[in-house]
Amino acid sequence: MTQHMELKTFVAPPTMEKPPEIALRNAPETKMAARDLNVFYGDKQALFDVALDIRSRQVTSLIGPSGCGKSTFIRCLNRMNDVIDICRVEGSITLDGADVYDPAIDPVQLRALVGMVFQKPNPFPKSIYENVAYGPRLHGLARDREELDEIVTTSLKKAGLFEEVKDRLDEPGTGLSGGQQQRLCIARAIAVSPEVILMDEPCSALDPIATARIEELIDEIRENFSIVIVTHSMQQAARVSQRTAFFHLGTLVEVGDTADIFTNPRDQRTQDYITGRFG
Amino acid sequence: MTDSTASRPTPSLGGGSRSAALIAKGLARRRAAEKRFRAYGLVAILLALGFLILLLGTIFGNGYSAFSQTHMRLNIEFAQDILDPDGTGDPKILAQGDYQALAKAALRKAFPDVKTRREKRSLYQLVSGDAAYELQRMVLADPSLVGQTRAVWLTASDEIDMLQKGNVATDQPESQRRIKDNELAWVTALDKQGAIERKFNTRFFTGGDSRDPEIAGVWGAVVGSFFTLTVTLVLAFPLGVMAALYLEEFAPKNRWTNLVEVNINNLAAVPSIVFGLLGLAVFLNFLHLPRSAPIVGGIVLALMTLPTVIIAARASLQAVPPSIREAALGIGASKLQTVTDHVLPLAMPGVLTGTIIGMARALGESAPLLMIGMVAFIVDIPKSPFDPATVLPVQVYLWADSPERAFLERTSAAIIVLLAFLIVMNLSAIILRKKFERRW
Repeated sequence: MTQHMELKTFVAPPTMEKPPEIALRNAPETKMAARDLNVFYGDKQALFDVALDIRSRQVTSLIGPSGCGKSTFIRCLNRMNDVIDICRVEGSITLDGADVYDPAIDPVQLRALVGMVFQKPNPFPKSIYENVAYGPRLHGLARDREELDEIVTTSLKKAGLFEEVKDRLDEPGTGLSGGQQQRLCIARAIAVSPEVILMDEPCSALDPIATARIEELIDEIRENFSIVIVTHSMQQAARVSQRTAFFHLGTLVEVGDTADIFTNPRDQRTQDYITGRFG
Repeated sequence: MTDSTASRPTPSLGGGSRSAALIAKGLARRRAAEKRFRAYGLVAILLALGFLILLLGTIFGNGYSAFSQTHMRLNIEFAQDILDPDGTGDPKILAQGDYQALAKAALRKAFPDVKTRREKRSLYQLVSGDAAYELQRMVLADPSLVGQTRAVWLTASDEIDMLQKGNVATDQPESQRRIKDNELAWVTALDKQGAIERKFNTRFFTGGDSRDPEIAGVWGAVVGSFFTLTVTLVLAFPLGVMAALYLEEFAPKNRWTNLVEVNINNLAAVPSIVFGLLGLAVFLNFLHLPRSAPIVGGIVLALMTLPTVIIAARASLQAVPPSIREAALGIGASKLQTVTDHVLPLAMPGVLTGTIIGMARALGESAPLLMIGMVAFIVDIPKSPFDPATVLPVQVYLWADSPERAFLERTSAAIIVLLAFLIVMNLSAIILRKKFERRW
């Protein structure tokens, strides 16, 4: 136990590791920004002074070994951690410059702007149509049935699922294959036209073919959204993302252009991880 | 089938290595243990099934005969001078006629050789005390009967009914049975004329309670049970679901909610009669709600059922996968929307199951109802939950307590009705649950 603690303080002195481009604070393309983010689960600290920018119309991938805090970080961005009683968040996260943890901000509004796709496909046990229509209906985005149909169709098209399901929109979403379910979840997230989409290991429960489809899809939709993806697969990070952030033991070790991170990591730990020496 | 594989020599795998030999040695023992275990289970099931069949068999064997009732055909002269001497045809006067006298006269006519007062009295006992009312109803329905003579089927007394159903040991000495030799002779004579017949006992299903077994019915208790359970359902279901939803989805997890939780679990184990005492003290003595009324019975049973519903509802809310909650929250549903749109519909089958279990227990409950006066002898069919009533299990208890032989079969028959009520209730709940489950 003590050994572990020592190791942690050794590898993660919180102040040392701030990525250099923080100097470009609120650069024009920054969509979301985390500063001095500390997250605690009860007494246990899960994130240490994380500072990270999420840029518009780019895919930012978060990599790192299990338990490094990447999922915790992504769940802070749309305040999904709020539902965990013992979770405490310090520091600031901004969306277009506005603090999302401001008490005046309703998480409902935030989550409409920052959508999320989960690790395990989790369509509602309702029809395909209802799955996609639920969000727009909740937020009153459609004035009438026609408009709702339009939203559902476009969302399914954007998620590359429409051709496969157009004849059975009233069949249960849970009857689709795993990959289709995950694309349905992406369609559901898109349907409320968010600005940021968070994806927490969206392909870890899928086979390689379904994974490839999701990756293609991410590449297609990034023109319209800022995407943050947590992944365990470094190949995936390399394939889909423009920027990569490497987390280790609750600290953000290194962040930069994906090409740089994978070809020329600045930190020893990053290099060890991407070359498979630990993780 | 297992025998054939066991008797065959076990083909050996692993080429005779040491561990393979050891595994092979243990195989027979393992297989035997498995077989034994399965046999125990089978025996347990068969035993339970046997007892169930025995129980149901006894109840049906005792009770089915109550579904028919002995009737007696008599030539009734609707004498004008007895019913309506002035020939007014006024229903008020017709209602006050001495119909008993008509039945007596008809019996005397059928057996003209009966002379002594004593014999006459036992002759009159052949028909039910209700026969006069049956005649009255006939005349009121059709006043033109006055002055005519008609063959009328009247309900026989419970003694005759028992005799016809073979429940009287006629080979015993006369002094040891309630039906004497002269009565036996009269019944035999009537039977020979085809004037005695067993008919379907509609009265049993449509009538209220009575001191006379031949006209006692369960309908009053069925309606009482229905009103009581309706009150119970209306109170316990929404309250239980709301409490479970709040505790499971909204309440902060702290010492107070823990305390509430522990106490709900404790309440589920409280003996039901304690709820009856509570009902007596609070609803009758303090709030002065009507005594013997289904409304109070329903409230008391709702209190008793509430913990069961809450516990079952919480368990099924917990069983809803968190991924569904996350999915809803993730696209910006509020907590309430998440619960009402997704969590509750998914938990509904389980909630309903818990409610059925609670309601079935409430249906069979008599102890708490004794405390609030639902054990009273009530002839009238209750018209609202505020009228005095009794319920099926209490009716069973009341009849089981009665000395007449004929109430024995009626007790079993009331149990059959109670079981039928239970089956109808559970069936409708299962259908309802299936409907919810079909939404994937």
